[in-house]
Amino acid sequence: MAENRNDKNQKSAHKNLGNNQNSGVNLEKRKFLIASSAVGTLGCVAVAVPFVKSMTPSERAKAAGAPVEVDISKIAPGTMMTVEWRGKPVWIINRTSEMIAELAKHDDQLTDPKCDVTSQQPSYCKNTDRSIKPNLAVVVGICTHLGCSPTAKLQAKGDMGDTWSGGFFCPCHGSKFDLAGRVFKGSPAPINLVVPPHKYLTENTLLIGVDTEEKA
Amino acid sequence: MTNQTEVKQNKSVVANAFNNGLNWVDERFPLTSNIKAHLTEYYAPKNFNFWYYFGSLSLLVLVLQILTGIFLTMHYKPDAELAFGSVEYIMRDVPWGWLIRYMHSTGASMFFVVVYLHMFRGIIYGSYRNPRELIWLFGVGIFLCLMGEAFFGYLLPWGQMSYWGAQVIVNLFSAIPFVGPDVSEWLRGDYLVSDATLNRFFAFHVIALPFVLVGLVAAHIIALHEVGSNNPDGVEIKKLKDKVTGIPLDGIPFHPYYTVKDIVGTVVFLIVFSTIIFFAPEMGGYFLEANNFVPANPLVTPAHIAPVWYFTPYYSILRAVPPFPGVSLLSIPPSLFPGVAAMGLSVMVFALLPWLDKSPVKSIRYRGTLYKKWLAAFVVSFIVLGYLGTEPANVWGQFGAWLGNADRATVVARAFTIIYFAFFILMPWYTKKDKTLPVPERVTG
Repeated sequence: MAENRNDKNQKSAHKNLGNNQNSGVNLEKRKFLIASSAVGTLGCVAVAVPFVKSMTPSERAKAAGAPVEVDISKIAPGTMMTVEWRGKPVWIINRTSEMIAELAKHDDQLTDPKCDVTSQQPSYCKNTDRSIKPNLAVVVGICTHLGCSPTAKLQAKGDMGDTWSGGFFCPCHGSKFDLAGRVFKGSPAPINLVVPPHKYLTENTLLIGVDTEEKA
Repeated sequence: MTNQTEVKQNKSVVANAFNNGLNWVDERFPLTSNIKAHLTEYYAPKNFNFWYYFGSLSLLVLVLQILTGIFLTMHYKPDAELAFGSVEYIMRDVPWGWLIRYMHSTGASMFFVVVYLHMFRGIIYGSYRNPRELIWLFGVGIFLCLMGEAFFGYLLPWGQMSYWGAQVIVNLFSAIPFVGPDVSEWLRGDYLVSDATLNRFFAFHVIALPFVLVGLVAAHIIALHEVGSNNPDGVEIKKLKDKVTGIPLDGIPFHPYYTVKDIVGTVVFLIVFSTIIFFAPEMGGYFLEANNFVPANPLVTPAHIAPVWYFTPYYSILRAVPPFPGVSLLSIPPSLFPGVAAMGLSVMVFALLPWLDKSPVKSIRYRGTLYKKWLAAFVVSFIVLGYLGTEPANVWGQFGAWLGNADRATVVARAFTIIYFAFFILMPWYTKKDKTLPVPERVTG
């Protein structure tokens, strides 16, 4: 069969300049096929781009991230409220002076006590209580493990055991956070909870989503 | 006398018409030859036992899921505002809607029941071994597809479990180094699980994955019929054929012998299936979780979330593996990738079985005690991990200070995770070392 084809090629050699007589391969034709396949593949990849891009967040989804204004006058000391910002729960915790005092006492049990992972809070909240006003913590209530919303266990001890100094417990995989949203060692969550950009418009009005450093 | 001849003549007229019709089709489409190749002249080993019901039952459940699914899409609304209500509408207002939906939800769980048993059959009789590696790989593909179907489908009722389950699983992808966060955002189509996510999961669930699934099932069966079925003895029946007919001596035609056997299996299965649908469609929270009767709320995670039972062994492994602590000197941030990778591996590792098993025999009947012990340890780990995955991490309380107050369940899950992976990693060693029994020339009944 191969010999037969070779024979034919030899016969038509004078007609076809690109013909390689020894192997029976038409190199010119092969080059053309490789080039056209490459162009075809490129075309397919180019067509795939719009389909892949169509699955990214839409313009409407991007626009939905407006800042939220909150009246914080009604949060009694030792309690918290939850507001929605970009579809996520944001906790505002009014910490008592005892709670604030506790925050400084358990650095050795925390993964990142000094808040060195910079992506987790704005620079103005890189302090022990991770806040602008020491009593008011503003934290995105989404666990850094796999995105569940932890349950508030604000009071010390109780069902969390005698060593518990108040904080949050994630029901999904048992991550524990203190009242500044810092993660305790041994939790599946690798880093501290996120502190969103925020600023105080007046004494009792908090704006979540914008701060003095960036524009809305 | 004349009447009888008339009847005979009539019969032959009908038979002729039928044969002519069949010939007309056969000249244009290989109907008869395919029926022969896959049913009446497909020779399967004569010693199939109980374990051989689950392949055909998987096919039955697939058909049931597709059928009930089509009818559910006629009433379901893939919209975050309407989804939960439309499922309630199906349950309360659509005539017989409750039955169709319970068939579909129970079918999902029963799909995994029969597929797990089908896979276990493959493992104990060495059905993944040469020359059936591709059948096994197509099977692993089917299993992955099935997990995808179950996951995407579970978001659709838009209950609390749907929502937070999807949130957790999609976030798993964000643990992949470098590209992770972009990948999970791309999957969600939003910054959190939302209407966009629900809408695309619906598309994956009802059209994309079913196509892939059916294609893989076809490839699985075509590959099987190319090499022929294995059997409980792990003996190749094609080695000994009748000298005249060329039919394997230990083979019997699939139809009618095994079609009849499978009808019995189907009847028994449908009895169990209907019993669940009519008397325990929620299966005590294992098939339909209580929290999923609460509409999705992005601000509140239920106090206890767990995946549906068929995902719990892998979920346990995810929870058991500790996060990477990070290296501050090299500014490598902490990461939960190890757990996610272990979970992925725990599923993918099944694909390696054909190459990990070095035993000279295929079937458990001729293996030694060493292999049997390892298999038993694996089955126990699978079940214990599965149980722990349904419970919170502190279900068994904590150890004392001597073990850093660690959760007992977490420590146990870690031990069984090690056994789970050891079953695969050490397989080349213990299957070689195992003292096997001589394999008979022909199947043993």
